[in-house]
Amino acid sequence: MSGAITSRGWPRPGVPLIDGIDKVTGRARYTADLDHRGALVGRIFRSPVGHGEILRLDVSRAQNLEGVIAVVIGDDCPQTYGVLPVAMNEYPLARGKVRYRGEPVAAVAAVDAETAERALALIELEVRELPAHYTAESARAEGAALIHENRPGNVERAVHHVFGDPEAGFAAADLVRDASIDCAELNHAQIEPHAALADYDPATGQLTMQSVSQVGFYLHMMLARCLQMDESQIRVIKPFVGGGFGSRVEVLNFEIVTALLARAARGKVLMQLTREENFLTHRARPQTAVRLRLGMRRDGCITACECEVVQRGGAYAGYGIVTILYAGALLHGLYAIPAVKYDGYRIYTNLPPCGAMRGHGSVDTRHAFEVLLDRMARELGLDPFGVRRMNLLSAPTRTLNDLLVNSYGLPECLDRVERASGWRERIGRLPRGKGLGMACSHYVSGAAKPIHWTGEPHAVVNLKLDWDGGLTAFTGAPDIGQGSSTMVAITVAETLGLPLERIRVIAADSAITPKDNGAYSSRITFMVGNAAIDAAQRLKDRLSEVAASKLGVRREDVYTAAGMFLARGGESAPVRFEEIARAALVGEGTLTIKGTFTCPPESQGGKHKGGAVGATMGFSYVAQVVEASVDEDTGQVTVDQVWAAIDCGHAINPLAVTGQVEGAVWMGMGQALSEETRYLDGLPAHASLLEYRVPTIIESPPIDVQIVESHDPLGPFGAKEASEGALAGFAPALVAAIANAIGIDLDELPATPDRVVEALVALRRRARLKSAREPAP
Amino acid sequence: MRQDQRPPSRKRLVRVCLNGRWREDAVPDHLLLVDYLRETAALTGTKTGCDGGECGACMVLVDSVPVPACITLAVRCDGRSVETIEGLAAGDGLHRLQRAFHEHLGTQCGFCTPGMIMSAAALLRRNARPTDAQIREALSGNLCRCTGYVKIVESVRAAVDEAP
Repeated sequence: MSGAITSRGWPRPGVPLIDGIDKVTGRARYTADLDHRGALVGRIFRSPVGHGEILRLDVSRAQNLEGVIAVVIGDDCPQTYGVLPVAMNEYPLARGKVRYRGEPVAAVAAVDAETAERALALIELEVRELPAHYTAESARAEGAALIHENRPGNVERAVHHVFGDPEAGFAAADLVRDASIDCAELNHAQIEPHAALADYDPATGQLTMQSVSQVGFYLHMMLARCLQMDESQIRVIKPFVGGGFGSRVEVLNFEIVTALLARAARGKVLMQLTREENFLTHRARPQTAVRLRLGMRRDGCITACECEVVQRGGAYAGYGIVTILYAGALLHGLYAIPAVKYDGYRIYTNLPPCGAMRGHGSVDTRHAFEVLLDRMARELGLDPFGVRRMNLLSAPTRTLNDLLVNSYGLPECLDRVERASGWRERIGRLPRGKGLGMACSHYVSGAAKPIHWTGEPHAVVNLKLDWDGGLTAFTGAPDIGQGSSTMVAITVAETLGLPLERIRVIAADSAITPKDNGAYSSRITFMVGNAAIDAAQRLKDRLSEVAASKLGVRREDVYTAAGMFLARGGESAPVRFEEIARAALVGEGTLTIKGTFTCPPESQGGKHKGGAVGATMGFSYVAQVVEASVDEDTGQVTVDQVWAAIDCGHAINPLAVTGQVEGAVWMGMGQALSEETRYLDGLPAHASLLEYRVPTIIESPPIDVQIVESHDPLGPFGAKEASEGALAGFAPALVAAIANAIGIDLDELPATPDRVVEALVALRRRARLKSAREPAP
Repeated sequence: MRQDQRPPSRKRLVRVCLNGRWREDAVPDHLLLVDYLRETAALTGTKTGCDGGECGACMVLVDSVPVPACITLAVRCDGRSVETIEGLAAGDGLHRLQRAFHEHLGTQCGFCTPGMIMSAAALLRRNARPTDAQIREALSGNLCRCTGYVKIVESVRAAVDEAP
């Protein structure tokens, strides 16, 4: 790779992933690729009804089938599991009741797939059906059957937050407008289907679990809880993982079921879910209804915001409480808004449980907000860039809901995409059917308060320096394709002035690597990056002492570059890193050095209930412009080009940053254009990659990414997150571009041809009525 | 208690030139090519991402034509050449597509990558100088969820430009 050289000596286009060669050669082993010789095949029997009481479950015929080694049912695991300690209301296999079509009820382990599938057909389940609720409205209606006995009205969590004085804010506004925006449920659709390989050793009573998890630590904890095992008898290993996007943050039922089967079979079980089962396992972005009211002065300054969000959460708690809190908390942190009222309702329904998905909780609210902002700007005759510039924050600051903002590169992001897209020259001058739209978004760089408060640092990285002069970094951070292991290697190498090749990274194996809270909320670069730098700096301090005596200078005068220790201003010849390393081992042996990072208390959020959600050390900021074409006859929307600028603080690896932003923008495009789940009486009608319309390469546009570096004071080398923030801005920018192209205001996502045509028909009808009422001139 | 007396699975001998070497295996009639590759030949570079013909993660070349191995029977490959990602590079280096996908970040999680590269390899064999539109068309049966395809197009373009 060529290009300009940074102050740290790295080629600016960035470096390829350190595990990239394994991926392009097919050598990378994902869970299903692991050595599973002798493993039994696991299969899951699922509920055929949406809501019902289990009257009889008979697995005896399955158990007696030749080749079936183990069958497990709900009785085999009376412990609940879940991701939030306050809301663990799910069993790996249903007990007493089933709450959605496709909920696991029993599982078998057999000598081969055919036998396992035949065994499933022999399982007898008798269910007394209960009224099922497939929409939030139906579940909230008076007299609705309760999905969980302890949740009246089927409300999993209601949130009511008021910051500032909304009434006064609306009174001060020149324009007050409402919008009701509906966003469809999505699925992560990571290309690697779920899989787990569990190995139970009956002689030692130990369990080794290899799985697709984004958070091995959660899996480890829940396995111990559900199998009633001592944590020390369990080992959790993350092989290569084919994408996550939030689908694998929560522990998933099939993971625990696989472990239960392995223990029952006293051996090894491989479970591979079908794509249909991936959709049933779900945990993605919920269908969300947003009712929003904004107050604005004539100059575009926002005076108040009132927002109600209803999320159709599915049958179990999962991450729901956090999702509904995020939806309100991240109304803050992007613009300066003097008053915000938020009411959120997370509703239980008889559908597969929703969970965290890229941009967790914030995306649909952000969409509604940006869409209404655009409409009000138009009504006031203001430029959409101008309206954003009227409402900028000024860092450092704290938001109304006590979120820390130390760095804020949004103004420069706006300038960059405005220029790059030729906005000023082109807006209003495009032919009918072509439009430009823009929007902004942001996201946290790691949740500053972990779910499990243990008093430990938020991240730990170990470094091992050995006789070979090689440096190994051990991190629990799971690389799921986002490039976190490469990030660790770069931060260590840069701190020590070493070539990247000298660093090896071992990641996410509970027997070897330090505990890590995992891949969620875009926390790894900020937290693990800081811990890696801390470890490398400690090692550097140690080695600098040795180097000082070798070079015959004071320690303060030692510095490193290109794998050498050098003396500032001195005459002494540079000494190679390996030589210093070997000298440091004398009388000491292999060096192991630990680095840590703890989120400072001021980043951990407000004291109000739910105040930890949204709290972070720093936000990424993104502005983007979308250019789209709309066919007025078919309603087909085509995205022609996207320009996105991200403030990620500092790009530790610019190549990876642009890759992440392109992926996030594009995933936002999928949500905006074509992705949605559909259920018919609780039966998924979308459960394949043909029905669930992920954009192909044909409909995917060029995406121009610009990097803005605001140098966050707490970030590793000043860095913040770069993987999630760009997603939420795409859909509102597209909806604005469609409005710009053909004059319709879409209230629903995705912008499928039928919705576009419907909006066009409504627009024409309104125009006809208007002209009929007004006398011809 | 033995409940069933299944008839023995029908198998036949299949000779396949797999990544340039002929081999012979007894395979059941219903065995899918992807399972033959992954389980019988232990070549796990070919992936399964869907329930049949949806995602392209299992794309391999049968007589140089890209074929989803998850909807192809192994017995149909008798007497034919099958190429997988493991056989793409000649010698001990990387194929130019592999190098380009690595250097240009055409791969993130990597799960779609082998199939993507095999589809691209088939394209470059029949068309050494494809346009961007032709690249997109050739890869339209391969889904990727990480990259937004931007760097995938760039990677294939880089490999094309590298060709003599």
